[in-house]
Amino acid sequence: MSKYMILIHEREADYATMTPEGWQSLVDAHGAFTKAVADLGGTLVGGEALQPTTTATSIRSGEVTDGPFVESKEALGGFYIVEARDLDHALEIGKLTPAPFGGVEVRPVLDSPAASGSGR
Amino acid sequence: MTATLGAVAEALADAPRREWAFVLAATVRVAGDLDVAEECAQEAYVDALQVWARSGVPDRPGAWLTTAARCRAVDRLRRETTLQRKLPLLVEPVEAPSEPGEEPDDDTEAVPDDRLRLVFTCCHPALEPAARIALTLRLVCGVATPDVARAFLVPEPTMAARITRAKKKIAQARIPYRTPAAAELPERLDSVLSTVHLLFSAGHTAPTGEVLVRDDLCERALDLARTLVRLLPGEREVYGLLGLLLLMHARRATRLDARGRLVLLEHQDRHRWDERMILEGLRHTVLGLQGRPGRFALQAAIAGAHATAPAFDLTDWPRIVHLYDLLLAVEPSPVVELNRAAAVAFADGPAPALAVVERLADDPRLRAYPYVHAVRADLLRRLDRPVEAAQSYRAALDLTANGAERDFLQRRLDELAH
Repeated sequence: MSKYMILIHEREADYATMTPEGWQSLVDAHGAFTKAVADLGGTLVGGEALQPTTTATSIRSGEVTDGPFVESKEALGGFYIVEARDLDHALEIGKLTPAPFGGVEVRPVLDSPAASGSGR
Repeated sequence: MTATLGAVAEALADAPRREWAFVLAATVRVAGDLDVAEECAQEAYVDALQVWARSGVPDRPGAWLTTAARCRAVDRLRRETTLQRKLPLLVEPVEAPSEPGEEPDDDTEAVPDDRLRLVFTCCHPALEPAARIALTLRLVCGVATPDVARAFLVPEPTMAARITRAKKKIAQARIPYRTPAAAELPERLDSVLSTVHLLFSAGHTAPTGEVLVRDDLCERALDLARTLVRLLPGEREVYGLLGLLLLMHARRATRLDARGRLVLLEHQDRHRWDERMILEGLRHTVLGLQGRPGRFALQAAIAGAHATAPAFDLTDWPRIVHLYDLLLAVEPSPVVELNRAAAVAFADGPAPALAVVERLADDPRLRAYPYVHAVRADLLRRLDRPVEAAQSYRAALDLTANGAERDFLQRRLDELAH
């Protein structure tokens, strides 16, 4: 099994205008996703949702500035880390990841020999 | 050569379902008449069988078929002049400034996507609801009239007459072949979405007969909803409708037991629900719930709350009651009130729900609605009032024509006697 990070990029503006009902359905979706990963034979190793980019602070060469590192309409809003058999398997999982206002990026996690318990 | 013939047959078998609406919709514009356009489109499919066998399946079969059908329509117009066609369809030109002209040329890129016009025409509020569904199945989905008749369990001549009558009305009442302007879009779109929803419902719980679910109808409705999402991006209620249909269809494998008997939500095996479809449904539901949610998005939210509850006992009933409150605000109807009451029974117990249902049972609009009696019977059963419950089950049975549902009600009635 290999680790992949699923980065969720979505339009933040759409999140700002969400109804409480929409939020709840999105929570439903993430719950259903968690179940789906296991059913697909993958393992959810971790994952977090992030505060909006208005709360972000960037540091370039020691210089601190307000805002995200890269300005874009579709910002990184959260991620999952999954263990999957191969990229196809990871993409299968990625396709099910809730991202109604954008999409996801699937990135293999660099296999570092120092990391323990990678299952190899 | 046999391989080619096989490929041609395959391409043609595949093309009708995927391309029919596009081919027909683009041909109607040239023909100015639904019947003529249908014939031309059918002839184009026949042409394809011969031409493709000779020279291979084109890269874009749909574009080929469209060009062929439009050429046939133009030929007919030349031959017939204006004699036989006193009432051509009112075809408004496309909004694009450079209309390529009525003559279809080889540049098939120029063929406009007229499917929305076709859908809005078939679902025009001036047509009776049953005719809207029939026309949509026949013209947009390309289902032959005998199959449409079978789907709704009416004799073929009856269905043929219904379709002919609707087509006549379109021509004679001058229903224009166009997509509605922004101002009238909400109302017109609602009629389209309701038609697709009714089509799905007819498949989800077949109105009569022994079979509860007709997957073919549900699939057609899902196809239509998906197409509408592509053609009308940004229309919240279209997302809501697709979300709702997906979330309901995701439970299809569990609604009947091995013997074909109805299984209530409470007893369905949640592990066998279609997880991918639930996720797809929730994605569209979230999009549908942006802004002020409409009735389909709210129903989708309710279906989503059920679809993601880990167990029936863990259903978030207060949330579902709240969603019904919002739904009642946009769609005040006794049927919604009844569904809300059923949710209240689980949130707050059967007694407060019964009070509402008793009132609804007297509502003349629900007089022929079997579920009001079924819900009342269930509440009375849970309140340990078996004699009244039995009465209500009998009332529900009298109004139910679906075999699987009748069987369920009868079983409940029998259980009361023990």
